[in-house]
Amino acid sequence: MSPGAEAPDDVPAEDRRAIVRDSLAVGIATGTYGVSFGAVSVSSGLDVLQTCVLSLLMFTGASQFAMVGVIASGGAPLSGALTALLLGTRNTLYGLRLAPLLGWTGLRRVGAAHLLIDESTAMAVTRRTTEGARAGFLATGGSIFVLWNLFTLLGAIGGTAIGDPRTFGLDAAVGAAFLALLWPRLQQRRTVLVALLAAAVARGMVPVTAAGVPVLVAGGVVLLVGVFPRLDGAER
Amino acid sequence: MTWVAIVVAGVGCYLLKLAGLCVPARVLERPVVARVADLIPVALLAALVAIQVFTSGQALVLDARALALAVAVALLMLRAPFLVVVFGAAAVAALVRLV
Repeated sequence: MSPGAEAPDDVPAEDRRAIVRDSLAVGIATGTYGVSFGAVSVSSGLDVLQTCVLSLLMFTGASQFAMVGVIASGGAPLSGALTALLLGTRNTLYGLRLAPLLGWTGLRRVGAAHLLIDESTAMAVTRRTTEGARAGFLATGGSIFVLWNLFTLLGAIGGTAIGDPRTFGLDAAVGAAFLALLWPRLQQRRTVLVALLAAAVARGMVPVTAAGVPVLVAGGVVLLVGVFPRLDGAER
Repeated sequence: MTWVAIVVAGVGCYLLKLAGLCVPARVLERPVVARVADLIPVALLAALVAIQVFTSGQALVLDARALALAVAVALLMLRAPFLVVVFGAAAVAALVRLV
């Protein structure tokens, strides 16, 4: 987000501009969807301030939706919190993957941690250099943080008056965004199989488990594939 | 109670993020960890696509979002820019719902 702030590096300016441009596109697509979180949250019984604090403090969309979803369906706020935390564990895995790539320490790491979400990870993890990864991470995470909180407030204030985000197809945009983030990773047959397996498992779990659980189960199944390489040994 | 839940979950989610960034780099050098760390985002993103597109609450559904996803796949195969893919899919879903 601050090109030129550091010494000449190993990413050509042109590449970084492309990275930042793509990242801002992700940021706009994801951040504006905050309007639906704001609307859903107030209709779940939280007030405007609680809704905005959730976006500011938790800042990981799936966990936020899961939390207000549990509360809306009559669950205790603390069981909503537990669901949100379980979903939030994937950010730990993202951090594990990104830490050596970003190479931040001290206060920068403490600050960067707050921006560690699906989209900022996806826009950083495919870069070959630290500078490229940092550019993607900061542009994506920063733009989403600003827009997500702004649109959360708008959605919460507008409530149902602002209209259904579905009218503009924004619900479909989220699925397309996740797919576009996944797309560059589908280079090998193994990752394609893992993706299809995870999608099938998650979809199969939806009718029989609480919101948020299917994604975790899908992750767990893939954990087994990764821990026991013999399961996909035929691919090599 | 709601405020307690919000603060506990909010702070907890932040600490989960920070923990990932603070684990020593050498943990990643173990092949099992590296392999799992590579596959986890693939699995979670694929699962999130399936949940976002094919479910509504606890029901499995096939609606305008599925068509939008098909359009997104076509656009990705044509190497369209991210913005075109995302808002192209949204526009298709919105149009289908108008018809």
